[in-house]
Amino acid sequence: MTTPLFSVEGVNVALPDPNHKSLLGTMPMVEILHDIDLEIEEGSVVGLVGESGSGKSTLGRTLVRLLEPAAGTIRFLDTDISHLDEQAMRPFRRDLQVIFQDPLSALNPRHTIASIIGRPLMLHGLAQNRRAARRLAQEALERVGLPTAFAARYPHELSGGQRQRVGIARAIATQPRFVLADEVVSGLDVSSQAQILTLLDQLKTDLKLTVVFISHDLSVVRRLCDRVVVLRRGEILENRPTAELFEAPAHAYTAELKAAIPLPEVDQGWLASQ
Amino acid sequence: MMADAFLDIADLSIVLRSDRAHRLLRSVDLHVNPGEVRGLVGESGAGKSMIGKTIFDILPRAVEAVEGAVTLGGTDLLALSSNARRREIAAAAALIPQDPLTALNPVRRIEGQITDRLTAILGFSKKAARDRALTLLEEVHINDPERVLRSYPHQLSGGMRQRVLIAAAFAAEPKLIVADEPTTALDVTVQKQILRLIAEMQAHHGTALLFVTHDLGVVAKICQNVTVLFGGKVVEDTDVKGLFAHPAHPYTAALINATPRYDRPDQSLLPVPADVIEATRAEIAKADAEWLSQRGQTLKAAS
Repeated sequence: MTTPLFSVEGVNVALPDPNHKSLLGTMPMVEILHDIDLEIEEGSVVGLVGESGSGKSTLGRTLVRLLEPAAGTIRFLDTDISHLDEQAMRPFRRDLQVIFQDPLSALNPRHTIASIIGRPLMLHGLAQNRRAARRLAQEALERVGLPTAFAARYPHELSGGQRQRVGIARAIATQPRFVLADEVVSGLDVSSQAQILTLLDQLKTDLKLTVVFISHDLSVVRRLCDRVVVLRRGEILENRPTAELFEAPAHAYTAELKAAIPLPEVDQGWLASQ
Repeated sequence: MMADAFLDIADLSIVLRSDRAHRLLRSVDLHVNPGEVRGLVGESGAGKSMIGKTIFDILPRAVEAVEGAVTLGGTDLLALSSNARRREIAAAAALIPQDPLTALNPVRRIEGQITDRLTAILGFSKKAARDRALTLLEEVHINDPERVLRSYPHQLSGGMRQRVLIAAAFAAEPKLIVADEPTTALDVTVQKQILRLIAEMQAHHGTALLFVTHDLGVVAKICQNVTVLFGGKVVEDTDVKGLFAHPAHPYTAALINATPRYDRPDQSLLPVPADVIEATRAEIAKADAEWLSQRGQTLKAAS
Protein backbone atom coordinates (compact mmCIF):
# COMPACT_ATOMS: atom_id res chain seq x y z
CA MET A 1 0.00 0.00 0.00
CA THR A 2 1.22 3.47 -0.84
CA THR A 3 1.71 6.20 1.75
CA PRO A 4 -1.56 7.96 2.51
CA LEU A 5 -1.72 11.67 1.71
CA PHE A 6 -2.65 12.36 5.33
CA SER A 7 -2.20 10.23 8.40
CA VAL A 8 -3.66 11.52 11.59
CA GLU A 9 -2.86 9.78 14.86
CA GLY A 10 -4.26 10.44 18.28
CA VAL A 11 -5.06 14.06 17.52
CA ASN A 12 -6.66 16.26 20.17
CA VAL A 13 -7.67 19.82 19.43
CA ALA A 14 -8.68 22.34 22.06
CA LEU A 15 -10.03 25.81 21.40
CA PRO A 16 -10.89 28.71 23.71
CA ASP A 17 -14.34 28.22 25.21
CA PRO A 18 -16.72 30.66 23.48
CA ASN A 19 -19.25 30.37 26.32
CA HIS A 20 -16.82 31.59 28.90
CA LYS A 21 -16.77 35.34 28.77
CA SER A 22 -14.20 36.96 30.98
CA LEU A 23 -12.40 40.25 30.68
CA LEU A 24 -9.65 39.07 32.99
CA GLY A 25 -7.13 36.31 32.54
CA THR A 26 -7.01 33.69 29.83
CA MET A 27 -10.01 31.87 28.45
CA PRO A 28 -10.26 28.25 29.49
CA MET A 29 -9.75 25.77 26.66
CA VAL A 30 -12.38 23.24 25.70
CA GLU A 31 -11.54 20.03 23.87
CA ILE A 32 -13.21 19.93 20.44
CA LEU A 33 -11.59 16.80 19.00
CA HIS A 34 -10.59 13.78 21.01
CA ASP A 35 -8.14 11.07 19.96
CA ILE A 36 -8.73 11.25 16.21
CA ASP A 37 -7.14 8.58 13.98
CA LEU A 38 -7.65 8.98 10.27
CA GLU A 39 -5.89 8.12 7.02
CA ILE A 40 -6.73 9.81 3.77
CA GLU A 41 -5.66 8.02 0.59
CA GLU A 42 -4.37 10.08 -2.29
CA GLY A 43 -7.06 10.56 -4.93
CA SER A 44 -9.96 9.77 -2.61
CA VAL A 45 -12.91 11.93 -1.66
CA VAL A 46 -13.65 11.68 2.04
CA GLY A 47 -16.83 13.07 3.55
CA LEU A 48 -16.83 14.43 7.09
CA VAL A 49 -20.36 14.53 8.42
CA GLY A 50 -21.91 15.42 11.74
CA GLU A 51 -24.12 18.01 13.34
CA SER A 52 -23.06 21.46 14.46
CA GLY A 53 -20.54 21.14 17.25
CA SER A 54 -19.41 17.69 16.14
CA GLY A 55 -15.96 18.99 15.27
CA LYS A 56 -16.05 18.37 11.52
CA SER A 57 -14.85 21.85 10.55
CA THR A 58 -12.24 21.79 13.32
CA LEU A 59 -10.89 18.50 11.97
CA GLY A 60 -10.76 19.90 8.43
CA ARG A 61 -8.99 23.04 9.57
CA THR A 62 -6.50 21.07 11.63
CA LEU A 63 -5.64 18.90 8.60
CA VAL A 64 -4.60 21.95 6.59
CA ARG A 65 -3.00 23.42 9.72
CA LEU A 66 -5.18 26.45 10.08
CA LEU A 67 -5.36 25.06 13.62
CA GLU A 68 -2.67 23.32 15.66
CA PRO A 69 -3.37 20.05 17.44
CA ALA A 70 -2.84 19.97 21.21
CA ALA A 71 -1.69 16.36 21.02
CA GLY A 72 -1.08 13.70 18.39
CA THR A 73 0.51 13.89 14.95
CA ILE A 74 -0.59 14.90 11.48
CA ARG A 75 1.53 13.66 8.62
CA PHE A 76 1.23 15.06 5.12
CA LEU A 77 2.94 12.37 3.01
CA ASP A 78 6.28 11.95 4.80
CA THR A 79 6.33 15.19 6.76
CA ASP A 80 5.07 15.67 10.29
CA ILE A 81 3.25 19.00 9.96
CA SER A 82 1.61 18.87 13.41
CA HIS A 83 3.52 21.79 14.88
CA LEU A 84 5.13 23.57 11.94
CA ASP A 85 4.96 27.34 12.30
CA GLU A 86 3.53 29.61 9.61
CA GLN A 87 6.90 30.05 7.94
CA ALA A 88 7.58 26.32 7.82
CA MET A 89 4.06 25.59 6.54
CA ARG A 90 4.49 27.92 3.62
CA PRO A 91 5.88 25.43 1.09
CA PHE A 92 2.87 23.19 1.77
CA ARG A 93 0.23 25.87 1.35
CA ARG A 94 -0.05 25.64 -2.42
CA ASP A 95 -0.80 21.92 -2.04
CA LEU A 96 -3.40 22.41 0.70
CA GLN A 97 -6.28 24.59 -0.47
CA VAL A 98 -9.62 25.41 1.10
CA ILE A 99 -13.03 26.22 -0.36
CA PHE A 100 -15.19 27.94 2.24
CA GLN A 101 -18.92 27.77 2.87
CA ASP A 102 -19.79 31.39 2.29
CA PRO A 103 -17.97 32.68 -0.77
CA LEU A 104 -19.15 36.24 -0.18
CA SER A 105 -17.28 36.52 3.10
CA ALA A 106 -14.34 34.46 1.80
CA LEU A 107 -13.74 36.67 -1.25
CA ASN A 108 -12.28 40.13 -0.66
CA PRO A 109 -15.01 42.54 -1.80
CA ARG A 110 -12.49 45.17 -2.91
CA HIS A 111 -10.52 42.90 -5.20
CA THR A 112 -11.39 41.84 -8.72
CA ILE A 113 -11.84 38.15 -9.40
CA ALA A 114 -8.55 38.20 -11.34
CA SER A 115 -6.71 39.48 -8.29
CA ILE A 116 -8.52 37.12 -5.88
CA ILE A 117 -7.40 34.12 -7.92
CA GLY A 118 -4.12 35.58 -9.20
CA ARG A 119 -2.52 37.09 -6.09
CA PRO A 120 -1.91 33.79 -4.30
CA LEU A 121 -0.27 32.50 -7.50
CA MET A 122 2.28 35.32 -7.32
CA LEU A 123 2.84 34.76 -3.60
CA HIS A 124 3.53 31.08 -4.28
CA GLY A 125 5.85 31.93 -7.17
CA LEU A 126 3.57 30.22 -9.68
CA ALA A 127 3.22 33.42 -11.69
CA GLN A 128 6.12 35.85 -12.21
CA ASN A 129 4.04 38.94 -12.87
CA ARG A 130 0.47 40.21 -12.87
CA ARG A 131 -0.03 39.47 -16.53
CA ALA A 132 0.90 35.81 -16.02
CA ALA A 133 -1.27 35.65 -12.88
CA ARG A 134 -4.20 37.03 -14.82
CA ARG A 135 -3.75 34.45 -17.56
CA LEU A 136 -3.71 31.61 -15.02
CA ALA A 137 -6.75 33.09 -13.29
CA GLN A 138 -8.63 33.08 -16.58
CA GLU A 139 -7.65 29.45 -17.15
CA ALA A 140 -8.97 28.58 -13.70
CA LEU A 141 -12.24 30.41 -14.45
CA GLU A 142 -12.65 28.38 -17.64
CA ARG A 143 -12.07 25.17 -15.70
CA VAL A 144 -14.94 25.98 -13.38
CA GLY A 145 -17.24 26.94 -16.24
CA LEU A 146 -17.20 30.72 -15.88
CA PRO A 147 -16.54 33.18 -18.72
CA THR A 148 -13.00 34.62 -18.63
CA ALA A 149 -14.54 38.10 -18.74
CA PHE A 150 -15.50 37.55 -15.08
CA ALA A 151 -11.85 38.23 -14.22
CA ALA A 152 -12.57 41.95 -14.29
CA ARG A 153 -15.61 41.74 -12.02
CA TYR A 154 -16.03 42.07 -8.25
CA PRO A 155 -17.56 39.39 -5.99
CA HIS A 156 -20.80 41.33 -5.37
CA GLU A 157 -21.54 41.34 -9.09
CA LEU A 158 -21.90 37.55 -9.15
CA SER A 159 -24.67 35.20 -8.04
CA GLY A 160 -24.16 32.78 -5.15
CA GLY A 161 -23.44 29.84 -7.45
CA GLN A 162 -21.00 31.90 -9.52
CA ARG A 163 -19.19 33.11 -6.40
CA GLN A 164 -18.78 29.55 -5.23
CA ARG A 165 -17.25 28.70 -8.63
CA VAL A 166 -14.77 31.53 -8.05
CA GLY A 167 -13.98 30.03 -4.64
CA ILE A 168 -13.28 26.73 -6.39
CA ALA A 169 -11.24 28.43 -9.13
CA ARG A 170 -9.07 30.11 -6.49
CA ALA A 171 -8.49 26.79 -4.75
CA ILE A 172 -7.53 24.83 -7.86
CA ALA A 173 -5.44 27.60 -9.45
CA THR A 174 -2.37 26.67 -7.38
CA GLN A 175 -2.67 23.08 -8.70
CA PRO A 176 -3.01 21.66 -5.18
CA ARG A 177 -2.91 17.98 -4.29
CA PHE A 178 -5.53 18.45 -1.62
CA VAL A 179 -8.69 20.52 -1.32
CA LEU A 180 -10.77 20.98 1.81
CA ALA A 181 -14.37 21.80 0.86
CA ASP A 182 -16.19 23.08 3.95
CA GLU A 183 -19.99 23.06 3.49
CA VAL A 184 -19.52 24.45 0.00
CA VAL A 185 -23.06 23.86 -1.21
CA SER A 186 -25.12 24.43 1.92
CA GLY A 187 -25.98 28.05 1.18
CA LEU A 188 -26.95 27.40 -2.43
CA ASP A 189 -30.20 26.74 -4.28
CA VAL A 190 -30.80 23.13 -5.26
CA SER A 191 -30.06 23.76 -8.92
CA SER A 192 -26.75 25.55 -8.14
CA GLN A 193 -25.99 22.83 -5.61
CA ALA A 194 -26.31 20.17 -8.31
CA GLN A 195 -24.07 22.15 -10.67
CA ILE A 196 -21.35 22.73 -8.07
CA LEU A 197 -21.31 19.05 -7.08
CA THR A 198 -21.08 17.98 -10.71
CA LEU A 199 -18.17 20.39 -11.12
CA LEU A 200 -16.33 19.09 -8.04
CA ASP A 201 -16.86 15.54 -9.22
CA GLN A 202 -15.35 16.38 -12.59
CA LEU A 203 -12.43 18.37 -11.14
CA LYS A 204 -11.38 15.64 -8.75
CA THR A 205 -11.08 13.26 -11.73
CA ASP A 206 -9.45 15.73 -14.14
CA LEU A 207 -6.98 17.14 -11.62
CA LYS A 208 -6.51 13.93 -9.58
CA LEU A 209 -7.41 15.82 -6.43
CA THR A 210 -7.79 14.43 -2.97
CA VAL A 211 -10.79 16.06 -1.34
CA VAL A 212 -12.15 16.26 2.17
CA PHE A 213 -15.76 17.27 1.85
CA ILE A 214 -17.41 18.58 5.00
CA SER A 215 -21.20 18.55 5.07
CA HIS A 216 -24.11 18.19 7.42
CA ASP A 217 -26.13 16.74 4.54
CA LEU A 218 -25.72 13.00 4.11
CA SER A 219 -27.53 13.02 0.74
CA VAL A 220 -24.90 15.30 -0.74
CA VAL A 221 -22.07 13.21 0.71
CA ARG A 222 -23.58 10.06 -0.78
CA ARG A 223 -23.24 11.46 -4.27
CA LEU A 224 -19.65 12.65 -4.09
CA CYS A 225 -17.61 10.70 -1.55
CA ASP A 226 -15.73 7.39 -1.62
CA ARG A 227 -15.63 7.18 2.16
CA VAL A 228 -17.64 8.80 4.90
CA VAL A 229 -16.41 9.70 8.38
CA VAL A 230 -19.20 10.33 10.90
CA LEU A 231 -18.28 12.59 13.80
CA ARG A 232 -20.14 13.19 17.01
CA ARG A 233 -18.97 15.36 19.90
CA GLY A 234 -15.38 15.36 18.69
CA GLU A 235 -15.03 11.63 18.13
CA ILE A 236 -15.13 9.46 15.03
CA LEU A 237 -18.06 7.04 15.20
CA GLU A 238 -17.72 5.46 11.77
CA ASN A 239 -15.26 5.61 8.91
CA ARG A 240 -16.36 3.41 6.04
CA PRO A 241 -16.88 3.20 2.27
CA THR A 242 -19.91 5.30 1.34
CA ALA A 243 -22.15 2.60 -0.12
CA GLU A 244 -21.52 0.33 2.86
CA LEU A 245 -22.27 3.08 5.36
CA PHE A 246 -25.57 3.92 3.71
CA GLU A 247 -26.71 0.33 3.28
CA ALA A 248 -25.95 -0.70 6.84
CA PRO A 249 -24.99 2.07 9.25
CA ALA A 250 -22.96 0.46 12.04
CA HIS A 251 -23.85 3.11 14.55
CA ALA A 252 -27.36 4.07 15.72
CA TYR A 253 -26.44 7.74 15.44
CA THR A 254 -25.62 7.36 11.73
CA ALA A 255 -28.96 5.65 11.19
CA GLU A 256 -30.67 8.50 13.03
CA LEU A 257 -28.94 11.13 10.88
CA LYS A 258 -29.99 9.23 7.77
CA ALA A 259 -33.60 8.87 8.93
CA ALA A 260 -33.84 12.58 9.69
CA ILE A 261 -33.30 13.54 6.04
CA PRO A 262 -36.64 14.33 4.40
CA LEU A 263 -36.62 12.50 1.06
CA PRO A 264 -38.66 14.16 -1.69
CA GLU A 265 -41.46 11.60 -1.61
CA VAL A 266 -44.77 11.65 0.20
CA ASP A 267 -44.63 9.65 3.42
CA GLN A 268 -47.34 10.22 6.01
CA GLY A 269 -45.53 8.40 8.78
CA TRP A 270 -42.17 10.18 8.50
CA LEU A 271 -42.89 13.13 10.79
CA ALA A 272 -44.11 10.93 13.62
CA SER A 273 -41.27 8.39 13.27
CA GLN A 274 -38.29 8.69 15.60
CA MET B 1 -64.29 26.90 -3.58
CA MET B 2 -61.99 29.89 -3.89
CA ALA B 3 -64.35 31.87 -1.71
CA ASP B 4 -63.48 29.49 1.13
CA ALA B 5 -59.78 30.28 1.00
CA PHE B 6 -58.56 32.14 4.07
CA LEU B 7 -55.69 33.68 2.16
CA ASP B 8 -56.67 34.40 -1.41
CA ILE B 9 -54.14 36.10 -3.63
CA ALA B 10 -55.65 36.56 -7.07
CA ASP B 11 -53.95 37.71 -10.23
CA LEU B 12 -51.38 39.73 -8.29
CA SER B 13 -48.79 41.65 -10.26
CA ILE B 14 -46.07 43.65 -8.57
CA VAL B 15 -43.92 46.05 -10.55
CA LEU B 16 -40.97 48.33 -9.95
CA ARG B 17 -42.14 51.91 -9.41
CA SER B 18 -39.25 53.12 -11.54
CA ASP B 19 -40.14 50.83 -14.43
CA ARG B 20 -43.75 49.79 -14.32
CA ALA B 21 -43.38 47.46 -17.27
CA HIS B 22 -40.99 45.36 -15.18
CA ARG B 23 -42.95 42.76 -13.20
CA LEU B 24 -41.50 41.05 -10.13
CA LEU B 25 -44.63 39.01 -9.48
CA ARG B 26 -46.54 37.94 -12.57
CA SER B 27 -50.30 37.46 -12.19
CA VAL B 28 -49.83 35.22 -9.15
CA ASP B 29 -52.73 33.14 -7.82
CA LEU B 30 -52.24 31.58 -4.38
CA HIS B 31 -54.92 30.23 -2.07
CA VAL B 32 -54.62 28.76 1.38
CA ASN B 33 -57.79 27.27 2.86
CA PRO B 34 -58.49 27.19 6.60
CA GLY B 35 -56.49 24.34 8.14
CA GLU B 36 -54.56 23.71 4.93
CA VAL B 37 -50.77 23.32 4.82
CA ARG B 38 -49.49 24.69 1.53
CA GLY B 39 -45.89 24.76 0.39
CA LEU B 40 -44.55 27.74 -1.52
CA VAL B 41 -41.51 26.53 -3.40
CA GLY B 42 -38.95 28.28 -5.53
CA GLU B 43 -35.28 29.10 -5.79
CA SER B 44 -33.77 32.43 -4.83
CA GLY B 45 -35.27 35.20 -6.92
CA ALA B 46 -38.44 33.23 -7.65
CA GLY B 47 -40.59 35.66 -5.67
CA LYS B 48 -41.25 33.66 -2.50
CA SER B 49 -40.36 36.46 -0.13
CA MET B 50 -42.10 39.05 -2.32
CA ILE B 51 -45.31 37.12 -1.71
CA GLY B 52 -44.57 36.92 2.01
CA LYS B 53 -43.93 40.65 2.12
CA THR B 54 -47.19 41.31 0.29
CA ILE B 55 -49.14 39.30 2.86
CA PHE B 56 -47.59 41.25 5.74
CA ASP B 57 -47.75 44.58 3.91
CA ILE B 58 -44.03 45.19 4.19
CA LEU B 59 -43.19 45.56 0.52
CA PRO B 60 -40.19 47.81 -0.12
CA ARG B 61 -41.08 51.29 -1.34
CA ALA B 62 -39.44 50.65 -4.70
CA VAL B 63 -42.19 48.22 -5.70
CA GLU B 64 -45.94 48.42 -6.01
CA ALA B 65 -48.89 46.06 -6.46
CA VAL B 66 -50.50 47.28 -9.69
CA GLU B 67 -53.08 44.62 -10.18
CA GLY B 68 -54.87 41.87 -8.34
CA ALA B 69 -56.31 41.29 -4.90
CA VAL B 70 -55.01 40.03 -1.58
CA THR B 71 -57.89 38.79 0.54
CA LEU B 72 -57.35 37.71 4.13
CA GLY B 73 -60.38 36.13 5.83
CA GLY B 74 -62.72 37.79 3.34
CA THR B 75 -61.22 41.29 3.72
CA ASP B 76 -59.62 42.81 0.64
CA LEU B 77 -56.36 44.15 2.09
CA LEU B 78 -55.44 46.37 -0.84
CA ALA B 79 -58.72 48.26 -0.47
CA LEU B 80 -57.97 49.28 3.16
CA SER B 81 -56.09 52.29 4.48
CA SER B 82 -52.63 51.35 5.59
CA ASN B 83 -53.47 51.53 9.34
CA ALA B 84 -56.59 49.42 8.95
CA ARG B 85 -54.64 46.98 6.81
CA ARG B 86 -51.93 46.52 9.43
CA ARG B 87 -54.51 45.95 12.18
CA GLU B 88 -56.27 43.38 10.02
CA ILE B 89 -53.02 41.56 9.27
CA ALA B 90 -51.80 41.61 12.88
CA ALA B 91 -55.04 40.00 14.04
CA ALA B 92 -55.22 37.40 11.28
CA ALA B 93 -51.68 36.34 10.41
CA ALA B 94 -48.31 35.65 12.00
CA LEU B 95 -44.84 34.79 10.77
CA ILE B 96 -42.36 32.11 11.77
CA PRO B 97 -39.12 33.63 10.47
CA GLN B 98 -36.05 31.88 9.11
CA ASP B 99 -33.37 33.16 11.43
CA PRO B 100 -34.41 33.06 15.07
CA LEU B 101 -31.44 35.07 16.26
CA THR B 102 -32.16 38.15 14.15
CA ALA B 103 -35.92 37.83 14.65
CA LEU B 104 -35.63 38.11 18.43
CA ASN B 105 -34.65 41.36 20.07
CA PRO B 106 -31.28 40.63 21.74
CA VAL B 107 -31.75 43.06 24.64
CA ARG B 108 -35.24 41.99 25.69
CA ARG B 109 -36.24 38.96 27.71
CA ILE B 110 -38.27 36.28 25.94
CA GLU B 111 -41.38 37.05 28.01
CA GLY B 112 -42.11 40.43 26.46
CA GLN B 113 -41.39 39.13 22.99
CA ILE B 114 -44.20 36.59 23.31
CA THR B 115 -46.67 38.63 25.34
CA ASP B 116 -46.44 41.83 23.25
CA ARG B 117 -48.95 40.62 20.73
CA LEU B 118 -51.27 39.29 23.42
CA THR B 119 -51.52 42.63 25.19
CA ALA B 120 -51.50 44.68 21.99
CA ILE B 121 -53.82 42.64 19.78
CA LEU B 122 -56.04 40.74 22.20
CA GLY B 123 -56.01 43.22 25.09
CA PHE B 124 -54.74 40.66 27.61
CA SER B 125 -53.66 41.86 31.06
CA LYS B 126 -49.99 41.41 31.86
CA LYS B 127 -50.74 38.51 34.20
CA ALA B 128 -53.03 36.74 31.71
CA ALA B 129 -50.49 37.22 28.93
CA ARG B 130 -47.76 35.68 31.08
CA ASP B 131 -49.92 32.65 31.89
CA ARG B 132 -50.72 32.20 28.23
CA ALA B 133 -47.02 32.48 27.33
CA LEU B 134 -46.21 29.73 29.84
CA THR B 135 -48.88 27.46 28.33
CA LEU B 136 -47.56 28.14 24.83
CA LEU B 137 -44.00 27.30 25.82
CA GLU B 138 -45.27 24.03 27.28
CA GLU B 139 -47.10 23.34 24.01
CA VAL B 140 -43.81 23.68 22.10
CA HIS B 141 -42.24 21.18 24.53
CA ILE B 142 -40.06 23.54 26.51
CA ASN B 143 -39.44 21.88 29.87
CA ASP B 144 -38.65 24.89 32.00
CA PRO B 145 -40.88 27.66 30.62
CA GLU B 146 -40.34 29.91 33.67
CA ARG B 147 -36.60 30.03 33.06
CA VAL B 148 -37.03 30.56 29.31
CA LEU B 149 -39.39 33.51 29.87
CA ARG B 150 -36.69 35.17 31.99
CA SER B 151 -33.92 34.42 29.46
CA TYR B 152 -32.40 36.59 26.79
CA PRO B 153 -32.19 35.14 23.24
CA HIS B 154 -28.43 34.52 23.39
CA GLN B 155 -28.90 32.26 26.40
CA LEU B 156 -30.93 29.78 24.34
CA SER B 157 -29.79 27.25 21.71
CA GLY B 158 -30.80 27.63 18.06
CA GLY B 159 -33.47 24.94 18.28
CA MET B 160 -34.82 26.47 21.51
CA ARG B 161 -35.04 29.95 19.94
CA GLN B 162 -36.96 28.48 17.00
CA ARG B 163 -39.40 26.90 19.49
CA VAL B 164 -39.88 30.27 21.16
CA LEU B 165 -40.71 31.87 17.82
CA ILE B 166 -43.19 29.13 17.01
CA ALA B 167 -44.88 29.73 20.36
CA ALA B 168 -44.93 33.47 19.66
CA ALA B 169 -46.43 32.97 16.20
CA PHE B 170 -49.32 30.90 17.58
CA ALA B 171 -49.80 33.19 20.61
CA ALA B 172 -52.61 35.39 19.34
CA GLU B 173 -54.40 32.47 17.62
CA PRO B 174 -53.89 33.73 14.07
CA LYS B 175 -55.88 32.03 11.31
CA LEU B 176 -52.86 32.02 9.01
CA ILE B 177 -49.20 31.37 9.71
CA VAL B 178 -46.49 31.98 7.18
CA ALA B 179 -43.39 29.92 7.94
CA ASP B 180 -40.46 31.38 6.02
CA GLU B 181 -37.77 28.68 5.65
CA PRO B 182 -38.00 28.03 9.41
CA THR B 183 -35.64 25.03 9.36
CA THR B 184 -33.08 25.98 6.73
CA ALA B 185 -30.35 26.87 9.23
CA LEU B 186 -30.86 23.83 11.46
CA ASP B 187 -29.20 20.41 11.68
CA VAL B 188 -31.29 17.62 10.16
CA THR B 189 -32.23 16.02 13.46
CA VAL B 190 -33.30 19.37 14.90
CA GLN B 191 -35.07 20.19 11.63
CA LYS B 192 -37.14 17.04 11.98
CA GLN B 193 -38.15 17.95 15.54
CA ILE B 194 -39.11 21.48 14.49
CA LEU B 195 -41.11 20.25 11.47
CA ARG B 196 -42.92 17.80 13.72
CA LEU B 197 -43.64 20.58 16.19
CA ILE B 198 -44.97 22.96 13.52
CA ALA B 199 -47.22 20.20 12.13
CA GLU B 200 -48.44 19.37 15.64
CA MET B 201 -49.20 23.01 16.51
CA GLN B 202 -50.88 23.56 13.14
CA ALA B 203 -53.15 20.56 13.62
CA HIS B 204 -53.92 21.46 17.23
CA HIS B 205 -54.86 25.07 16.46
CA GLY B 206 -56.37 24.36 13.03
CA THR B 207 -54.34 27.17 11.53
CA ALA B 208 -53.82 27.63 7.79
CA LEU B 209 -50.10 27.33 7.11
CA LEU B 210 -48.11 28.67 4.19
CA PHE B 211 -44.74 26.95 4.32
CA VAL B 212 -42.13 28.81 2.29
CA THR B 213 -39.12 26.66 1.40
CA HIS B 214 -36.70 25.70 -1.34
CA ASP B 215 -36.54 22.12 -0.09
CA LEU B 216 -38.86 19.69 -1.85
CA GLY B 217 -38.02 17.05 0.75
CA VAL B 218 -39.56 19.24 3.45
CA VAL B 219 -42.58 19.94 1.22
CA ALA B 220 -43.15 16.20 0.75
CA LYS B 221 -43.24 15.66 4.51
CA ILE B 222 -45.31 18.55 5.81
CA CYS B 223 -47.52 19.98 3.03
CA GLN B 224 -50.78 18.87 1.47
CA ASN B 225 -50.62 21.18 -1.52
CA VAL B 226 -47.88 23.13 -3.18
CA THR B 227 -47.35 26.15 -5.38
CA VAL B 228 -44.13 26.24 -7.41
CA LEU B 229 -42.71 29.60 -8.45
CA PHE B 230 -40.17 30.47 -11.08
CA GLY B 231 -39.25 34.04 -11.96
CA GLY B 232 -42.22 35.53 -10.11
CA LYS B 233 -44.70 33.29 -11.91
CA VAL B 234 -46.63 30.28 -10.67
CA VAL B 235 -45.55 27.35 -12.82
CA GLU B 236 -47.40 24.65 -10.91
CA ASP B 237 -50.17 24.42 -8.34
CA THR B 238 -51.04 20.91 -7.23
CA ASP B 239 -51.30 18.45 -4.35
CA VAL B 240 -48.01 16.93 -3.13
CA LYS B 241 -48.82 13.42 -4.35
CA GLY B 242 -49.39 14.76 -7.85
CA LEU B 243 -46.30 16.93 -7.63
CA PHE B 244 -43.95 13.99 -7.16
CA ALA B 245 -45.92 11.39 -9.16
CA HIS B 246 -46.44 13.46 -12.32
CA PRO B 247 -45.06 17.00 -12.22
CA ALA B 248 -46.89 19.01 -14.88
CA HIS B 249 -44.20 21.60 -15.58
CA PRO B 250 -40.73 20.61 -16.88
CA TYR B 251 -39.12 23.02 -14.39
CA THR B 252 -40.81 21.24 -11.47
CA ALA B 253 -39.64 17.89 -12.79
CA ALA B 254 -36.09 19.24 -13.09
CA LEU B 255 -36.24 20.65 -9.56
CA ILE B 256 -37.28 17.24 -8.21
CA ASN B 257 -34.33 15.62 -10.03
CA ALA B 258 -31.96 18.27 -8.64
CA THR B 259 -32.99 17.51 -5.05
CA PRO B 260 -30.40 15.32 -3.30
CA ARG B 261 -31.47 11.88 -2.15
CA TYR B 262 -29.19 9.34 -0.54
CA ASP B 263 -31.24 6.39 -1.75
CA ARG B 264 -30.77 7.28 -5.44
CA PRO B 265 -27.31 8.80 -5.74
CA ASP B 266 -27.22 8.47 -9.53
CA GLN B 267 -30.71 9.80 -10.20
CA SER B 268 -30.64 12.85 -7.96
CA LEU B 269 -28.65 16.08 -7.76
CA LEU B 270 -28.92 16.42 -11.53
CA PRO B 271 -28.38 20.02 -12.66
CA VAL B 272 -31.52 21.70 -14.03
CA PRO B 273 -31.04 21.42 -17.83
CA ALA B 274 -30.33 24.75 -19.53
CA ASP B 275 -33.08 24.19 -22.12
CA VAL B 276 -35.67 23.81 -19.34
CA ILE B 277 -34.60 27.14 -17.85
CA GLU B 278 -34.63 28.78 -21.29
CA ALA B 279 -38.06 27.42 -22.20
CA THR B 280 -39.49 28.57 -18.85
CA ARG B 281 -37.98 32.03 -19.31
CA ALA B 282 -39.46 32.19 -22.84
CA GLU B 283 -42.85 31.24 -21.42
CA ILE B 284 -42.56 34.12 -18.95
CA ALA B 285 -41.43 36.57 -21.63
CA LYS B 286 -44.44 35.62 -23.73
CA ALA B 287 -46.83 36.12 -20.81
CA ASP B 288 -45.17 39.47 -20.06
CA ALA B 289 -45.55 40.62 -23.65
CA GLU B 290 -49.26 39.75 -23.66
CA TRP B 291 -49.77 41.42 -20.31
CA LEU B 292 -48.03 44.56 -21.47
CA SER B 293 -49.84 44.76 -24.78
CA GLN B 294 -53.14 44.69 -22.89
CA ARG B 295 -52.12 47.22 -20.26
CA GLY B 296 -49.25 49.22 -21.68
CA GLN B 297 -51.31 52.39 -22.08
CA THR B 298 -52.91 52.25 -18.63
CA LEU B 299 -49.58 51.52 -16.98
CA LYS B 300 -47.97 54.53 -18.58
CA ALA B 301 -50.98 56.71 -17.78
CA ALA B 302 -50.79 55.75 -14.11
CA SER B 303 -47.11 56.54 -13.69
